[in-house]
Amino acid sequence: MSEHETAPIVALTDAARHFGPVRALDGVSLSVAPGDCLGLVGHNGAGKSTLVNLINGTFGPSGGQVAFPQGSEGVRSVFQELSLCPNLTVAENLRIPHPGLKRPGWRRIARAEIRASLDAVFPGHGIDADSEVDTLSIAERQMVEIAIGFAPRGGAARLVILDEPTSALDAGIAEQLLAHIRRFCEGGGAVIFISHMLGEVFSVASRIIVLKDGRIVAEREAAGFTRQGLVDAMGHVAAETGGTAAPARGTADEIVIRTAEGLVARRGEIVGLSGLAGHGQAAALARLFLSQTSDWRAGRAPRAVFVAGDRPRDGVLPLWSILRNISISVLRRDAWRGLVNREAERRVAEDWRRRIGIRTDNLDNPLLSLSGGNQQKVLFARALASDAPLVVMDDPMRGVDVGTKQDVYAMIRTEAAAGRTFLWYSTETEEVCQCDRVFVFRNHAISAELTGADITEEKILEASFEMQEAS
Amino acid sequence: MSFLSRHRIILPVVSLAVLLALTFWMQPRAMSYFGLNLLFNLAVPIALATVAQMMIIMVNDIDLSTGAFVSLVACITATFLNDAPLTGVLILAALVLSYAAMGAVIHALDLPAIVVTLGMSFVWGGLALFVLPSPGGSSPGWLRTLMTVKPPYIPMAVAASIIIAVVTHLLIVRSGIGTVLRGVGGNAQSVARAGWQVTWLKALAYGLAGLFGVFAGMALVGLTTSADANIALRYTLLSIAGVILGGGEFTGGKVSPVGAVIGALTLTLAASFLSFMRLPPDWQIGAQGAILILVLTARLLFARKGPAA
Amino acid sequence: MSTAPTKSALLQGFTRPWIWAWLAAALAFAATLGLTSGRGAGELAYAALSFGAFAAIVGMGQMLVITLGPGNVDLSIPATMTLAATLALKTMGSDPGTAMLGLAVALAVGLAVGLANFALIYLLRLPPIIATLAASLVYQSVAIWSNRGLRIKPPEGLADFATGRFLGLPNVAWVGLALAIAVWVVLERSVWGRWLLASGQNLRAARLAGVPVEAVRAATYVAVAVMAALAGYLLASFSGGAALNMGGEYLLMSIAVVVIGGSSIAGGNSNVPGVWGAALFMFLVVSTLNSYGAGAGVRNLLTGAIIIAIVIAASTRRVRR
Repeated sequence: MSEHETAPIVALTDAARHFGPVRALDGVSLSVAPGDCLGLVGHNGAGKSTLVNLINGTFGPSGGQVAFPQGSEGVRSVFQELSLCPNLTVAENLRIPHPGLKRPGWRRIARAEIRASLDAVFPGHGIDADSEVDTLSIAERQMVEIAIGFAPRGGAARLVILDEPTSALDAGIAEQLLAHIRRFCEGGGAVIFISHMLGEVFSVASRIIVLKDGRIVAEREAAGFTRQGLVDAMGHVAAETGGTAAPARGTADEIVIRTAEGLVARRGEIVGLSGLAGHGQAAALARLFLSQTSDWRAGRAPRAVFVAGDRPRDGVLPLWSILRNISISVLRRDAWRGLVNREAERRVAEDWRRRIGIRTDNLDNPLLSLSGGNQQKVLFARALASDAPLVVMDDPMRGVDVGTKQDVYAMIRTEAAAGRTFLWYSTETEEVCQCDRVFVFRNHAISAELTGADITEEKILEASFEMQEAS
Repeated sequence: MSFLSRHRIILPVVSLAVLLALTFWMQPRAMSYFGLNLLFNLAVPIALATVAQMMIIMVNDIDLSTGAFVSLVACITATFLNDAPLTGVLILAALVLSYAAMGAVIHALDLPAIVVTLGMSFVWGGLALFVLPSPGGSSPGWLRTLMTVKPPYIPMAVAASIIIAVVTHLLIVRSGIGTVLRGVGGNAQSVARAGWQVTWLKALAYGLAGLFGVFAGMALVGLTTSADANIALRYTLLSIAGVILGGGEFTGGKVSPVGAVIGALTLTLAASFLSFMRLPPDWQIGAQGAILILVLTARLLFARKGPAA
Repeated sequence: MSTAPTKSALLQGFTRPWIWAWLAAALAFAATLGLTSGRGAGELAYAALSFGAFAAIVGMGQMLVITLGPGNVDLSIPATMTLAATLALKTMGSDPGTAMLGLAVALAVGLAVGLANFALIYLLRLPPIIATLAASLVYQSVAIWSNRGLRIKPPEGLADFATGRFLGLPNVAWVGLALAIAVWVVLERSVWGRWLLASGQNLRAARLAGVPVEAVRAATYVAVAVMAALAGYLLASFSGGAALNMGGEYLLMSIAVVVIGGSSIAGGNSNVPGVWGAALFMFLVVSTLNSYGAGAGVRNLLTGAIIIAIVIAASTRRVRR
């Protein structure tokens, strides 16, 4: 593949990484040599982050090899989530990964080094090396992080992995970064560039790799791809799902939710939220749910219930039994003088255990004794057991097996037909294709609203990725 | 931006200045060498204890044993250090090491610092009673001399506070390792990812807290000339309040050594000020609490305005 | 079907860590009696129940707050106890028949203190530690002011009640027991209790499950203050008057009995019987060591060692799971 004479900086041979039964990366071979700029694209869960973490050594491969023929010195990562220390200044943040700054006077050196790096990547950036990071804007923080990635730090950067580096940058600054990447690669450096902005990938990458389901599905020189070809390679053919989305909604077109950002949902409708992960869907849902319920009062009939996808953070009450985890949403409805109606509690929980098929012989078992999929069913049962007309679901099928998914899809259809409204954010396009109406998010705003036959994987991908050269 | 990034130190400075101005206005005679010495007499040990607490808060923990620890050190200073200096020094060194070990254990086993330090406060208190079952002992002569020295122009208490502030500022804010320690409070994950052993860093932070706790106990004995097992129990709460008054926060590694010393001075001065105000002694403690709430409220206004401006 | 759940709930009860606090208390009890070869068992138990009751009452309050999760703790308990006691005694003025009035005053003080604490936490967004600490200084001052120069004895009937016994047990222990049952019912059987436990396990998850978390927090801070006030009222009646430092030892004590009693410091898991066991244990350890001639130093050392051993044991259990 590589026509360079020099040895590669990193070479993966058949590298795999499994998390339990999940094959996050399933045998990937690639090598990055000095001067390469490798564009890496793929949809949610394609294995991009896993690949990055294998290369930067966060964890080792479950199978295959990750080799650094010239040592792993000078291999840096700039992460998507911000990893600066917000309480330190810009120059001080350089101190953390820089082993050479020990002697008195290190501040001057650090300041000069970060300034030089910022000037090189983002000419005219206007960032003061002495300002604390938490006083900077998100874009400035990202610029600092990138500059730290390219800074010499007592050696020289040889391979810099940039994971969605431009997500917070405006077009002009992003262009500066792209120009710097080109210069860096011409000077013998290497870059792995991950972005949902296809225009950027085309403008900077010498080679593009498309990941899907933990495998490389296409690898070509950048010139060998068209944008449409790239989108097609990322998705799987799912044309028939568009047809199955038979309108199962109620007759009335009564609007139950309308938000400032343009989200609209009608009674009995299943509304999907799509787009790449981290583009504001989850935040929009949480905001919506919090505005429908109160910090101070909880009535007998709540207006909305929430099904969490990030179970440890948003859903699971880890010390409790299955029973208590289900019943928390209906305690108030069935209570008698503030006391829990334990009979009703058990009846409701037993009822939902049967209906949704939670695999346990005793509802008093701890919730954490269940598998992830069954825990998720408990969270569904919690939400559906209440009478709330609006059900908000934040990517609830993460790590759920296929059988469970089918059960839950059927359940959602039934409940929607009975007049409930579902707001369903999912990272899996196949699920979104089951919805009556889909809003695609990009950069924390709605970039497309699709209905009926328009809901196809292709249309969703198109709306998720920036197709223009530079917006 | 530069105002915002520095505003955390402005508020403690303003609070202290206002309080000092009010004190001088009420009692002009305080505006003298001896007056200042009197006002800030007990500030030195409190400032040292506050710095010790700050080291712990810097790494997102809290120390409920500061007061008991300072009391124990005071007891050891008034006995062993006076009677058998070498043994005394060895014991104090062992105490510092045990503090560092406590930090390492808290991090390695992921224990709640608040409970471990609560337990340690009983341990330190018990040891103090062993060392000095009833109030007594006496200060080593050199310590007494050091604490009562009368430098020209600037009273001892003020000079010592400035020295403490400068030294800890150099240690925590200016030095490379201090920066990494603050980084642990800010984003421990990113510090670990850069290849640092966070357990060692925590041990270092706790060890520094132990060291300053030892200084606090010694300074206290130098001033009071004797010790008892309960001499500094109130330092736990004073030191926490001092750190927060000085612009520190419980999480996020946001601490300011200079602020912490100023916070300790403010707390000391508040007591003197209230007695100058001829406020009935009944209300003095309450007024201290009110001042604390007031300053913290002012901080909230600053914080609210911060992002908007 | 109907017996299965109760049985498993019972089993769950026995595997809970409160049993250790009671075992430790029993051990300390036996150790003391070993020295006297069994004489004075009744007196010792009686004293333990009397003094333990106060620690148990404030401990249960602190337990509710700690159950709210990390960062939640009430440092104003001692000041609240003193303030409630002094104001109640002042109102009663040793006049007979005013016991109920005094109780009402004490509870009202608790209510006001709790609301004030939560106002500082919620409106000024102060961390609970610093808010309750700063506020406690104010409460202490009010107590000093109202207590100054007054040596008021509790009304005779009230003093008799506080030091008296019923069915062989001290009255204060009955109060503590009744309160324990009430707290247990609230925690285990009421909607509020469920909400509190849910908030402490994961505040965000609880909020997203529809729990009105701010209302729960407010009620909890009020509850701890009211219980501290009640303890102060009883303690002053028991010991023949209020003293400014009467609450002092209950600050660390209240946290210690929660931890020893097996409640999780990380929140969401409270343990009413454990608090009582720990309260008895704390008293019995003192009396045991006293009867063996050990000083306060040993006593403190042991208490500290026990607290730390318990946290480490709890943490290794967590890791293994």
